[in-house]
Amino acid sequence: MHIHKYEKIWLVFGIGCLFVFLTIIGVSAFAKGNQPPSCLTTIDPEKVDQTPPFNKPGLVKTGDNEYQLNIVASAFAFTPAQVEIPKGAKVTINITTKDVIHGFEVAGTNINMMVEPGYVNSFTKTFDKTGEYTIVCNEYCGAGHHMMTGRIKVVDKQ
Amino acid sequence: MNETVKVDRRDAKLALAHLYVAFIALGLGGLAGLLQTLVRSGKFTLPANISYYTILTTHGVLLGLVLTTFFIIGFQFAAVSRTAGTFSDRVRFWGWVGFWLMTIGTAITAFFILIGQASVLYTFYAPLQAHPGFYLGLTLVVVGSWVSGFAIFAHYARWKKEHPKQVSPLLTFMAVANMILWLVCSLGVAATVLIQLLPWSLGLVDRINVLVSRTLFWYFGHPLVYFWLLPAYMVWYAIVPKIIGGKIFSDSLARLSFILFLFFSIPVGFHHQLMEPGIDPFWKYVQVVLTFMVAIPSLMTAFAMFATFELYGRSKGATGLFGWLRKLPWGDARFFAPFVGMVFFIPAGAGGLVNASHQLDQVVHNTIWVTGHFHLTLATTVVLTFFGAAYWLVPHLSGRVMTKAMNRLAIIQTIVWVIGMTFMSGAMHFEGLLGAPRRSAFSTYGNSPQALEWIPYQIAQAVGGTILFIGIILVLVIITNLAFFAPKGETEFPVAELAEGAERTPLAMENWKLWIGITVALILIAYTIPFIDMIQNAPPGSKGYKLW
Repeated sequence: MHIHKYEKIWLVFGIGCLFVFLTIIGVSAFAKGNQPPSCLTTIDPEKVDQTPPFNKPGLVKTGDNEYQLNIVASAFAFTPAQVEIPKGAKVTINITTKDVIHGFEVAGTNINMMVEPGYVNSFTKTFDKTGEYTIVCNEYCGAGHHMMTGRIKVVDKQ
Repeated sequence: MNETVKVDRRDAKLALAHLYVAFIALGLGGLAGLLQTLVRSGKFTLPANISYYTILTTHGVLLGLVLTTFFIIGFQFAAVSRTAGTFSDRVRFWGWVGFWLMTIGTAITAFFILIGQASVLYTFYAPLQAHPGFYLGLTLVVVGSWVSGFAIFAHYARWKKEHPKQVSPLLTFMAVANMILWLVCSLGVAATVLIQLLPWSLGLVDRINVLVSRTLFWYFGHPLVYFWLLPAYMVWYAIVPKIIGGKIFSDSLARLSFILFLFFSIPVGFHHQLMEPGIDPFWKYVQVVLTFMVAIPSLMTAFAMFATFELYGRSKGATGLFGWLRKLPWGDARFFAPFVGMVFFIPAGAGGLVNASHQLDQVVHNTIWVTGHFHLTLATTVVLTFFGAAYWLVPHLSGRVMTKAMNRLAIIQTIVWVIGMTFMSGAMHFEGLLGAPRRSAFSTYGNSPQALEWIPYQIAQAVGGTILFIGIILVLVIITNLAFFAPKGETEFPVAELAEGAERTPLAMENWKLWIGITVALILIAYTIPFIDMIQNAPPGSKGYKLW
């Protein structure tokens, strides 16, 4: 098929840009490990309270400056809803839900996960700055959706 | 083609019936949208215990599904009848069957939303469980649209038989391509509703596989936005050139871009699921790549449109790099509204690339940024183009003419829309970057300092929403006038001709077996392995919840 010369220039430029974008995303994801939260672990949504680590939700120290934060979402609360994290800690957040789909977003950061019944979702983040962050449920879960919230306080180490 | 060709009166009635439903949906859905922005400003509470989420569901279903589907099918019936000849009685009969199935389905769905039995939002994610009537109504809407699609295919097949070795009219080709896209993608939502949601809400089965239902939904949910966009492209490629007095830049290029949309719009659903568990990151990335490919036909369209404008302007003696801009018919609402829509598609498309990107999506996923994004794409680009099309389509079908006064009102309407949307969508984009969630009623999240920062943006959204509602009232005034009160007369259904010197369109463009084959192959590549994994590695299913 005949393609006009200007059309060719425009398409080569446009498609070229797309491939540059995709390469950046690909290198960042596969070479540097910046993957989106995609944990493949499953769980019985009706037995969350009996299944470790969600039978004891909260912050657990797993190494020098390394933590696991296990959270249970349910309509309309996160458990625990208040967490203190020492500054500079590398925290792996594991989360699951007992009922419907929820969202787990720490506003102002790139911690953003869908929480779906039957699955654990997981994301690791190093908290470098002190301050207080608001957790919001960002997927509609029912009448109390906008009341479902929590706080993360990043504090200086004692 | 003879320019006095009119759509047959009986076909016109069928098309008009669709347009009436579409504009009634616009009025009611727009009112629901206005109420939402007011509630979320924190200055207003809904009376009589009406839930914010009921209003939100109404807004999404009426504008996202009813307005779009009815307008598109009505417009395509008119365009096919205009370019491929009057329908046979059979085709028209099935067109009416499709119309009534969709209308009855809409009424049933609306009823269960309004009595508060289906506040599950427009995406109806399991395991939130609506009344079975909600799913049944939606099924009728989809099945009705299939019947209409097959009516269009039958008419196209007859044209091909009567015109051997000829390339079909461009608008008919585009309508056929769009209906194929719609059929292939709506199989996904039909599967989840019929096999999963209906039996589950009726109590025939206990539990539902949530991830499978979400995946089937998004297999449909993103191509759906191309089903909305392609009719706007039909107007841009084949109609706007005629309105300005120019010609189509390239017929083959237009067809090629529609074929590319068919290929790449369906195997992309995972980019809505980038933040969720249960899908391997490798497959998410495969679909990110396929999603980016969809930008290519949009880039082609942008080029073709501006080439048409520039060629026309220069043929009228324009000089300089941008002199041709001044030669365009700015006072003609049939041109002005779609043109403004095109301009808004530039930031809208850029935002779409952000959403589709692995890591950037992590910042904006499910924030109100996304709402801002589709209020630029659907609610500005597509809807302004539909308004622009309605300004000649409705009087053409109703045998009336648009007066100068109405044209001026339509120009004002477009400007009102731009101002309202700049406030509302702009505020949504900024607020989303600060982390405010979408689809939430007013909340200060326990007086969190972060959430208090969001409130001024929400007030700006209410201002924008109010201005947009004024825009909706204006458009309803214009459409009512054009349908029932404007002076009787002849209005042209503009269809552009191909530019001289443009290449002949190769017949291979209509090798549907090949195009559908490639589409199916791409879908299988993108979905087979993750889908098997979702079923083999499935957690125990979920019971239904009614949490509103």
